[in-house]
Amino acid sequence: MSSVLTETSSRAGASSEVVANDFSLQVATANGSGSQTANSVLMRSIFRMGVPVSGKNLFPSNIQGLPTWFTIRANRDGYIARKRDLDVLVCMNPETANDDVRDVRAGAYVVYEKKLGLENPGKKRDDVTYYAVPFSELVVKITSAPEHAKLRKLIVNMIYVGVLADLMGIEPAEIEKAVAKQLKGKPKAVDLNVSAVKVGLEYAAKSFPVKIPFRVERMNATEGKVIVEGNTASALGCVFGGATVCAWYPITPSSSLCEAFIDFCDHLRVDPATKKKNVAVIQAEDEIASIGMVLGAGWAGARSFTSTSGPGISLMSEYIGLGYYAEIPAVIFDIQRTGPSTGLPTRTMQGDLLLCYFSSHGDSKHPLLFPASPEECFTMAQQAFDLAEQLQTPVFVMSDLDLGMNNWMADPFPYPTEPLHRGKVLDAASIEKVKDTWGRYKDVDGDGIPYRTLPGTPNAYAAYLTRGSGHDENAQYSEKPQDYVNNVNRLVRKFETARTMVPKPEIQERPGARAGLLAYGTSHYGTTEARDKLATTFGVTLDYCRLRSLPLAAEAVNWMRLHERIYVVEQNRDGQLVTILRDELPELATRFVSIRQYNGLPLDATTVVDGVLNDAPASRAGRSDAQKGGLDA
Amino acid sequence: MSATPNAPAASPAPKTNRLGLPKADYEGAKSTLCLGCGHDVITKQIINAFYAMGVEPHKVAKFSGIGCSSKTPAYFLNRAWGFNGVHGRMPSAATGALVANPTLHGIGVSGDGDTASIGIGQFVHLVRRNLPLVYIIEDNGVYGLTKGQFSATADLGAKQKGGAINDFIPIDCCSLAIELGGTFVARSFSGDMKQLQTILEAAIAHRGTSVIDVISPCVTFNDHEGSTKSYKYSKEHETPVHEIGFVPFFEETLAEIPAGDTKDVSFPDGSQLRFRGVGRDYDPTDRERALKAIHESHARQEILTGILYVDPSKKDLSALLGTTGEPLTNLPLDALRPSRQALDEIMESLR
Repeated sequence: MSSVLTETSSRAGASSEVVANDFSLQVATANGSGSQTANSVLMRSIFRMGVPVSGKNLFPSNIQGLPTWFTIRANRDGYIARKRDLDVLVCMNPETANDDVRDVRAGAYVVYEKKLGLENPGKKRDDVTYYAVPFSELVVKITSAPEHAKLRKLIVNMIYVGVLADLMGIEPAEIEKAVAKQLKGKPKAVDLNVSAVKVGLEYAAKSFPVKIPFRVERMNATEGKVIVEGNTASALGCVFGGATVCAWYPITPSSSLCEAFIDFCDHLRVDPATKKKNVAVIQAEDEIASIGMVLGAGWAGARSFTSTSGPGISLMSEYIGLGYYAEIPAVIFDIQRTGPSTGLPTRTMQGDLLLCYFSSHGDSKHPLLFPASPEECFTMAQQAFDLAEQLQTPVFVMSDLDLGMNNWMADPFPYPTEPLHRGKVLDAASIEKVKDTWGRYKDVDGDGIPYRTLPGTPNAYAAYLTRGSGHDENAQYSEKPQDYVNNVNRLVRKFETARTMVPKPEIQERPGARAGLLAYGTSHYGTTEARDKLATTFGVTLDYCRLRSLPLAAEAVNWMRLHERIYVVEQNRDGQLVTILRDELPELATRFVSIRQYNGLPLDATTVVDGVLNDAPASRAGRSDAQKGGLDA
Repeated sequence: MSATPNAPAASPAPKTNRLGLPKADYEGAKSTLCLGCGHDVITKQIINAFYAMGVEPHKVAKFSGIGCSSKTPAYFLNRAWGFNGVHGRMPSAATGALVANPTLHGIGVSGDGDTASIGIGQFVHLVRRNLPLVYIIEDNGVYGLTKGQFSATADLGAKQKGGAINDFIPIDCCSLAIELGGTFVARSFSGDMKQLQTILEAAIAHRGTSVIDVISPCVTFNDHEGSTKSYKYSKEHETPVHEIGFVPFFEETLAEIPAGDTKDVSFPDGSQLRFRGVGRDYDPTDRERALKAIHESHARQEILTGILYVDPSKKDLSALLGTTGEPLTNLPLDALRPSRQALDEIMESLR
């Protein structure tokens, strides 16, 4: 597909006009070479200079030796989506260097290991600017001590940090601070790394009189913010949300969520007097066991969760259905990766919507939450536990690899002020009042949500047998057609109640807009950037709705009714959200235009701009008779 | 049921256990299994064992998977809690529940298909984790609920009702459990009610996973000539390795088996097991010899029964996880949610 849009945000071309705080920089290394530390230092230094920044790690499903790319986007206007075209490239990996250079846009700047000979005849591109640096020679200077020799592979990365600092104007003082933070103040390691940065700085200062015109200049747009991975934020949400049982099975890209939870709990969930833990974390034998443990714990009354990715959800499906039908709270984090099958296990996707929404055989449906930022990972983790217990059902938090494993700028997380909402649980005294008139699956309140009791409740009327087989409202085994129908129809009423409780969409409107963009999760970033670009560059004014949950909240449905043309942006091949929208809102089916990216890379704005511009101009004007703002949510 | 409204005061008070509860409080719904099913005998012994041990019914959590065996938790301890999970995956549900609330007494009822075929993975890891759970395998060598297919415990050469012969090596859940570090491994026979009740009582006292493989003939699909799990075959081949006496912590003396030429094993709560050999030298605390004896019994076509291996000294799962041992289900908010200062410090570390 040809791009309708030529990249307009890169304000420097082959000319050396200086562009401040607007570039995309990629570092190509081999994985296992320790470049992660250098890349994090680079990103944090720019962040600490007050410039909005994002860092995305593109890594292989491998431990050592395969190509890895780290992309940093700095943008003074706060756009932090992945950018399709690169402005600056650092080539450290001989395996990929030729391809890497081939793929950068005309006018880009390439810093490379001199040995790679990228400017040799036949290789050199005329439309890029090269900076050859003898990294492998420079590193020997600072690692001449025998005990340092084996560190060369790691330390060499810090030299390119120094080179870029000089070429792009990153403040050395911030780099030093970032090194100290990254290496947690270990003095010897800090000294060695800082000296590597200096070697790079000095080499570039003396060798390259003409600098890269993409510059980092101090500004004030990151004050108070933090840098954090989504999985860390979710783990923290579980801690503050009162989770006490975690069962998990390692799978990329979800493992770091449970590992972060373990780390936090090691100091936040230890009884000061006894030194015993008030949390249980079990690494299960597989995902089937993980969800079984989570449901067992949820049935017993604990706030329990698991974290997994698509293959894990596939395995869990049978037990998820039991959770739905037997009505047991559970929180499942799906850190989505590229499927189907093993797919691209280290690449991102929003490909599990249909899998999770309808997970398990028979008629089943589950609430899904869509965090789009670390802050939302933190708050939605807590909401998920409330919803799971209030609705007595499995609730999914739909993150993805991009959000979960990459570093994001975020506002500090708000301290939760609400109590834990634990739902309709009857204790011994309450049961004593109702005695045998209590029925585990009776809809007393008309909201489809029954009252439950917890194992161990000391009352002779409190116990019941939970089962995934047919049951009546007293939890007795039943194969009677009417009992079955009554029960599953009540579950539909419960899902309608869920609709009123799930997080509401975030809506942004612009005067005159009659068509809109609709996105969820990490598609937010490319979509909102595209929305601005469409307005400023192409005169296409669009409203925006960021869906934060399923089932659809009334506010989301109303917004859709008010827009004659709705561009639904998502990161999967089949337009999974569009499928759900067309099914649930058949009268609006023709309004939806699906814009999709599914190459395993985070969504870029160009894909969205192209998608909208490829639609007929009359359609994208959104000729609607509906009056915006007139309808009550 | 009709009671006599004006019964004379002279009618004897019902017999009760140490909690003052009658046995009726340990009973369940009427069984829907086939008449004569071995599983119903096991159900009866479960009722007897919990009654005799004086466990509060509301502190019991019953677990099962799918199959005839897994229906039985409905037939005992009506006042206890039940979780009927998915096929072969009951151990994980039990693990979650009992870790969340370790003050519950867990009992799981599974079958040979539910454990040795579809559930072998969860069985293996249950044993490794030493979750405090009485885990009963109602073992009849066939899938009853789907009408008589062989299971993975069917013996080599066993004949199916329709005449097919099993050509596959059986899985012995007891030797497997011992190999995996099981801390309480027993085999019994539903036709040996006394031994079974004693084993169950000891299993209830044990803090760890108690694997009890009970040969429990399927009267409908596997009780014919040529079956190695029929009543007749099992009676003829059952070989108890010892007599077992068990004294729970709340009782004083072991009257049944006098000391002398016996082996005693004590539980941390003070309960005691006493073993007396019957015609052979068998030490249920010697892992290697227990495995050897089981292996040899296969060649001799003996069904060894008794507590084949026991070690009450090992840590259970809560101890291994370092948890408090108290329920994690109703902790106060201040124990669950760290302070505002703790969150501030974490945020500062991310700047």
